[in-house]
Amino acid sequence: MSTAGWLILSASVCGVTTLFSWCIYKVLTTPGSQEHLHGFEVETPDHDT
Amino acid sequence: MSAARENWGSKLGVILAVIGSAVGLGNFLRFPGVACANGGGAFMIPYIISFLILGLPIAWVEWALGRYAGRKGHASAPGIFREVASRNRFAAFFGVLALIIPVIIYMYYVSVEAWCLGYAWNYWTGGMAEMVTSAEQAVMNSGGTAAEAKQAGVSAANGFLLNFAGVVPESGSDTANLRIWREFSTSALPFLLVCFVVNFVLIYRGLNKGIEWFCRWAMPALIICAVIILIRVLTLGAPEGAQDHTVYERVAAGSASTEALPELRKSSSESGDVYEPTGHFLIPHEVKANVSEGMGFMWNPVGHRMVSAGPVAKPKKVVVTVGFWEAIFDPQTWLAAAGQIFFSLSVGLGVIITYAAYTKSNDDIALCSLTAASGNGFFEVALGGMIVIPAAFIFMGPSSIVSAGEKASSLSLGFFALPGVFEHMPSGHFFGGLFFFLLFLAAVTSSLSMLQPAIAFLEEGLGLGRKASVSILGLITGIGACFVALVSSGLTVLDHMDFWTANLCIFLLATFEVILFAWVFGLDKGLAELAKGAEIPIPAFLPILLKYVTPVFLIVIFTAWLWDQIESGSYFMAVKNEPLVQVTLVFIGSIGIFFALLVGEAINRWTQEEEVAK
Repeated sequence: MSTAGWLILSASVCGVTTLFSWCIYKVLTTPGSQEHLHGFEVETPDHDT
Repeated sequence: MSAARENWGSKLGVILAVIGSAVGLGNFLRFPGVACANGGGAFMIPYIISFLILGLPIAWVEWALGRYAGRKGHASAPGIFREVASRNRFAAFFGVLALIIPVIIYMYYVSVEAWCLGYAWNYWTGGMAEMVTSAEQAVMNSGGTAAEAKQAGVSAANGFLLNFAGVVPESGSDTANLRIWREFSTSALPFLLVCFVVNFVLIYRGLNKGIEWFCRWAMPALIICAVIILIRVLTLGAPEGAQDHTVYERVAAGSASTEALPELRKSSSESGDVYEPTGHFLIPHEVKANVSEGMGFMWNPVGHRMVSAGPVAKPKKVVVTVGFWEAIFDPQTWLAAAGQIFFSLSVGLGVIITYAAYTKSNDDIALCSLTAASGNGFFEVALGGMIVIPAAFIFMGPSSIVSAGEKASSLSLGFFALPGVFEHMPSGHFFGGLFFFLLFLAAVTSSLSMLQPAIAFLEEGLGLGRKASVSILGLITGIGACFVALVSSGLTVLDHMDFWTANLCIFLLATFEVILFAWVFGLDKGLAELAKGAEIPIPAFLPILLKYVTPVFLIVIFTAWLWDQIESGSYFMAVKNEPLVQVTLVFIGSIGIFFALLVGEAINRWTQEEEVAK
């Protein structure tokens, strides 16, 4: 594998991993990430809850 | 607009569900093949640009439209489009596309899911080992050498799908293949049944207890499986017995050496294919069969292409390198990158827009969308880009990778080449089972999402209960899945369902969504919806992107893709000549008409409810 290949591999893998990690961090540190999201609480009549 | 809907358990849950929807076979099989065939490492430049101007903006459009209409009580695409377009009937009917695309895709995707489960089962329970051993034994008994016996075992593994899924035509029949029905216990059908039941049990349990619950443990399991396989691949080194490969480099006539082959151009005439020299020569280079060279094949900024070479009377296919700038300036590279982003992110499928309808009005949907898109990128680039190619390169050579990449085919690399790789690999059957189990998990998280848009519509548009809507959808998809699985000769039905829905229709739907958002709903309103509750800044150039760049880019890609298909002609000619393809299109059309009738009924119902509310 050439040096250019190593550079592209490192930049691509580190880039997506960093972006994904940062997004997950932001989601988890934002208040309400673990709480219920929506107000539609009524279930269909035949749906077992 | 009854309130008969449910809720996500958490923000992380909806993100995992959207990532699960996007992560599928394409991340692990399609992406690496397409990248190798379109510039290798150079492919990442158009790939990232396509992500920024195509993938992410369309995903944001779907999230914003979905949440806006979700607040008004709609979770299905026909209801969402009608609401966004000021209760326009035509817009609601466009929502039929967002129902039939995932439903039709589900019909064949569940078969592929069943193959993955079946492969994992056969690797782990010894079915594959037994079949390979008997193929090797047959060669040894007929006086073959050990190398020939090994090759027979590899061929048997690579051809496993042919009988397992009934791909080869049965004698006496050109179309239907009912062998897998008669050989039920050894075919893919029991696995299809298991997958069908798993999917519908989870979908019946609902968003929170079904889809979200499954994605919460399946996505981490997916990462663990992928990392274990990645470690195995990266520690392969230079396995004993793996033979070096030959890759060719193109040179002008004057600089050719004695071992150079003349490059040939193929043209078709009435008497068949005719080859003529291009004037270029191809010089062979030996490449070591080791992990480093395998990684280089994927990541070096050098593309690869299959060309014809050799004497005109006896041409052969060889792999030739393509330089960085040649790959970058080749429109095909950009088309492939845009297509990969588009198909991989699950945009234009009708899924994200439905999922987004269940989010809260002040949730950061811009961040949710970015997280889901980057999660998909992580699975695709950091895991998918490192696993398949090095292993396939070492044991199978570059031609199987490039030919699969040029066809953008997940199936040929995954089911017709990788089983051979696992035959060569130490502890290959364990890792083969693990790899196909990984694909199975990825497939389930995707197939689940394909059912939700139609379920949401049946419940919301027709006021049906969960049991009724799941039963109706189960019946429709069951008929379709049987059609795909039992009429499986040559995978014609699967292939054409994929072409006409997963390729053609999602372009149409995505283009409609972007135009609806930017030109009908209004950019100000749409971007305000996206920015509501957003902690990350919305890019200042997004309005121009959504109004002009993304639609034009989409239309250009669509036109180029369509032109390419018309030029190659295979799919369009098949419609004219093959009765089975005609039956497939009639089937797709019937599903479309069925849903269009239901949408018409739903519109009447919504109109009545609105009049009563006045």
